Amino acid sequence: MAGFNKVVHSYDEAMAGLENGMTVIAGGFGLCGIPEGLIAQIKKMGTRDLTVVSNNCGVDGFGLGVLLEDRQIKKMVASYVGENALFEKQLLSGELEVELTPQGTLAEKIRAGGAGIPAFFTATGYGTPVAEGKETREINGRNYVLEPSITGDFAIVRAWKADRYGNLVFRHTAMNFNPMVATAGKITVAEVEEIVEPGELEPSQIHTPGIYVQRVIQAKFEKRIERRMVRQG
Amino acid sequence: MALSREQVAMRVAQELKDGYYVNLGIGIPTLVANYVPAGIEVMLQSENGLLGMGPYPTEAQIDADMINAGKETVTAIKGAAIFSSAESFAMIRGGHVDLTVLGAFEVDQNGNIASWMIPGKLVKGMGGAMDLVAGAQNIVVTMTHADKYGASKLLDACTLPLTGVGCVKKIVTDLAVLEVKDGAFHLLERAPGISVEEIQQKTAGKLVINGEIPEMVFA
Repeated sequence: MAGFNKVVHSYDEAMAGLENGMTVIAGGFGLCGIPEGLIAQIKKMGTRDLTVVSNNCGVDGFGLGVLLEDRQIKKMVASYVGENALFEKQLLSGELEVELTPQGTLAEKIRAGGAGIPAFFTATGYGTPVAEGKETREINGRNYVLEPSITGDFAIVRAWKADRYGNLVFRHTAMNFNPMVATAGKITVAEVEEIVEPGELEPSQIHTPGIYVQRVIQAKFEKRIERRMVRQG
Repeated sequence: MALSREQVAMRVAQELKDGYYVNLGIGIPTLVANYVPAGIEVMLQSENGLLGMGPYPTEAQIDADMINAGKETVTAIKGAAIFSSAESFAMIRGGHVDLTVLGAFEVDQNGNIASWMIPGKLVKGMGGAMDLVAGAQNIVVTMTHADKYGASKLLDACTLPLTGVGCVKKIVTDLAVLEVKDGAFHLLERAPGISVEEIQQKTAGKLVINGEIPEMVFA
């Protein structure tokens, strides 16, 4: 049984083993569904020369943006960045390397990585700067680009509910990249709002089966909103 | 007179058909949702992982875990589905989305589109645009016909780095509706009061004008 109890009780335990130069894949879209406390722990640990894979890089002072403050990120793989002034500054000064990747290709690279598929052909990006230096092939009259998959030393995700087996359920659009990211880490850490007893999660409604998850930590989240839009009524 | 942003959105909305799954980009495309013709039902797809996007929430409905691809707080309609970003792009890449509407810096007569990168300016990224133009069967581009200096955005060949090749089928500008086929822009409609001559003068790429060109009709 103990082997299946993945719950840890401190952030030190949650991120134990993270070393300089590692690759960390992080779930989230903008500031939605990000593992806030795990990111804060990486900042606290001061780990450097990280390659970070995530759709975005947070904002100044929140989310992955905090890892820029002490220059912990060497390379960022993302589809859309630059919501933060610090990112822009480090990019222009050459301190930060950026690999821009189309959003769907990024999602599929991570999915494929977790599924043991080393690369795949996609039409996305053919004939654009994204395809430069990559193998292309014509299949049934259409041109495709070969995209290598992505795996990480660590994968960090945020979920809504988990049990001690590491089964995860995500909440609303905070799901986004989290299910794929959870599959692609040598060590996957899930930061969750609630830990429930085994059996409370309906087996057929589980988004991420526990086999992908090594550690679970319960947390309270700030859940900052990036663009607050309201309708009268 | 050149169309307002709202009028461009109104004209694009005429392209919607009952039962369409539609992805609307940021800017003018987002406004299209306000002009869905009466009597038809469309389902809006948001590429972060939502099919069945509703209007903005009321103050009481706001939920940080419920956002659209523009990172704005949003609601889901009854019958909506929420899924991962990989699933979302599977439906986009797999050609299941019926119509994609997005903006652009330039479009050329071969259907190439440039919409994400201006060399020398800070590049923020392509987000989902490259996947959308590669995946959709039916792409409508909204843009002003010319830039603020009067230079055409409808070219013989795009000058900026591309978002996708040979994918744009239709363009709705502030001056005209055009179809892209056989290596040319085909003029279909003109904005009320805009002459064919003005459209010709502001179209740098090859423009085909067949017979009398009707004015757009707004209900």
